[in-house]
Amino acid sequence: MSSTETKQSVAPSATDRDERIQRVSFWKRALNRPELGALAGAVLVIAFFIVSASGTGMFTPAGIVNFLEVAAQLGIIATAAALLMIGGEFDLSIGSMIGLAGILIAIPAVEYGWPLWAAILLAFACAGLVGWINGNLVNKTGLPSFIVTLGFLFILRGLAIGVSRLLTGRTQIGGIQEHIPGDWFASLFSGEVATGLFSWMAANGWIATNFAGNPVVSGIPVSIVWWFGLTAVATWVLLCTPYGNWIFASGGDANAARNSGVPVHRVKISLFMFTAFSATIFACIQVMDTGSADTIRGLLKELEAIIAVVIGGALLTGGYGSAIGAALGALIFGMVQMGIFYTGVNTDWFQVFLGVMLLVAVLFNNYMRKKAMEAR
Amino acid sequence: MTTQTPMIEMRSVSKHFGSVIALSNISMKVYSGEVMCLLGDNGAGKSTLIKTLSGVHQPTHGDMLLDGKPARFKSPAYALDAGIATVFQDLAMVPLMSITRNFFMGREPTIGWGPLKRIDWKYADRIAKEEMARIGIDVRDPSQPVGTLSGGERQCVAIARAVYFGAKVLILDEPTSALGVKQASVVLRYIARARADGLAVIFITHNVHHAYPVADAFTLLSRGGSLGSFRKEEISREEVLNMMAGGAELENLDAELAEFQRNDRERKADGAPAPGHSESVAAAGHADAPAGERLASDR
Repeated sequence: MSSTETKQSVAPSATDRDERIQRVSFWKRALNRPELGALAGAVLVIAFFIVSASGTGMFTPAGIVNFLEVAAQLGIIATAAALLMIGGEFDLSIGSMIGLAGILIAIPAVEYGWPLWAAILLAFACAGLVGWINGNLVNKTGLPSFIVTLGFLFILRGLAIGVSRLLTGRTQIGGIQEHIPGDWFASLFSGEVATGLFSWMAANGWIATNFAGNPVVSGIPVSIVWWFGLTAVATWVLLCTPYGNWIFASGGDANAARNSGVPVHRVKISLFMFTAFSATIFACIQVMDTGSADTIRGLLKELEAIIAVVIGGALLTGGYGSAIGAALGALIFGMVQMGIFYTGVNTDWFQVFLGVMLLVAVLFNNYMRKKAMEAR
Repeated sequence: MTTQTPMIEMRSVSKHFGSVIALSNISMKVYSGEVMCLLGDNGAGKSTLIKTLSGVHQPTHGDMLLDGKPARFKSPAYALDAGIATVFQDLAMVPLMSITRNFFMGREPTIGWGPLKRIDWKYADRIAKEEMARIGIDVRDPSQPVGTLSGGERQCVAIARAVYFGAKVLILDEPTSALGVKQASVVLRYIARARADGLAVIFITHNVHHAYPVADAFTLLSRGGSLGSFRKEEISREEVLNMMAGGAELENLDAELAEFQRNDRERKADGAPAPGHSESVAAAGHADAPAGERLASDR
């Protein structure tokens, strides 16, 4: 490696490395990635809990699935929130959309006998409409998305409570479990995958089994698959597709993007629709998991998603960030939330930790952005 | 020349912003293989005119014709698709994005198809580096953020991008303002080459030394209206200078400065003491007040 380098510096040609830049090491290059802070944070948090929660079962297969599931649910909405924030906007209506989507799935299925797949499609259609309205309002009025979606935070929550009370007289609808078996669409959001693999691993004695001889972890919860899948797709879109370039451009400088021929309005509308869809995916998984819907579900989730995205290295001003960072942010979130429980520290302290984490992440990000803007 | 169809033509185009009439009744023809230089004071409507041509604004009245056919651009994307590329005064760059991402912003080259359609980064990086090299900037690393470049380098990225994508019409809004002498001459050579390649070029500058050598025609704007178009043969460098922003004011300024000097000489001739440095400064400060009054009364 080093010998080829010296050869190049002796006889540089037009296509060779430029002699004015020093060879940038892998680590130096990595420093310029937005997710670096979150990666360091995740490593720190893992190390912290390996030390402080050792022997408590946090890092047994069951414990890992536990905190990954918490991280996954947040990660699903954080991915969408990350794309939107890179695109220069916020969506504060995610949490309320979760509550509304749950109601939209439960009421038609339980009260009116719709097949579950039709109810889920209805929820997605309504979510698409909400995202479309959010995006259009932001585009047409030029108001900050903070205000527009804050309005929808209340509108959607109120709608969820009002509609469900009007139609059913209750704000909680249960009894969804019985509708799940045999429904092809609902099965995408419920249960576990790779159960065969886990039984096989248990049979080989690689993972522990319970008294009945079944593996303690019977499979990977579907939420984790969704989380990984969405993060992978979002990363691909951001880094490799023209649409990803448009997201960065729209968030970095909407006017410049428009003048360069980027359809900024369409990009923003589609991003708002994606956050609403992600909230609906979240709601589907939660409703299938618990077998019930509650109008109060998803409270404060929009802020948790924003925290995960910011910890993941995205700039609040847009134009910079990553989906992998958001996934790491969600992982930190899930690990701390469950880890505090394992270490026996009073869980009241979780929110204190969360706030401190957020501040540290923002300070670190600001510092890193300044570094990135310096000539390298 | 006149028998040819203009590449781009404006027919009594007006643009109103609410009650403000930014452009009124502008007509202009630019032929391919020709450089049209837009002149005018600040606020004369040069930038509005350019933004109307490039699809940022839509004309309130009037028509635009591209190659003889009526054209209406709903957004800059449509103008770009029609072959009109613009270097805006603010350069339309995103500082946090890389040179390559900026260069191909909105027109990314792709490979693959369907869901696997993706940006051809290798090709994009190579073209960005090559085009920058052609304009005389040796890009160290096309993946470095544009925010790390100097103002002149940034301007060169914007120009290289417009030249690369401008198929028929190239519009430049003060492209040489942040450039050094050498880079400015490179840009002017670029403009000359674009003209030789048969592009119609529209060029705004405040610098007569940049405008006069490359321009084939001049259009003078004043307070939103057009004072007419002139062929280069019909007009001298001095007349162009006078038409450019502040030409007449410069003459006034000359006269005023001469007046100041005359006053100074008269004071010295009157036998005013002119010894120490500090005293003369104080004296000058003293003499300011009546001069200022006189200027005010002149107006």
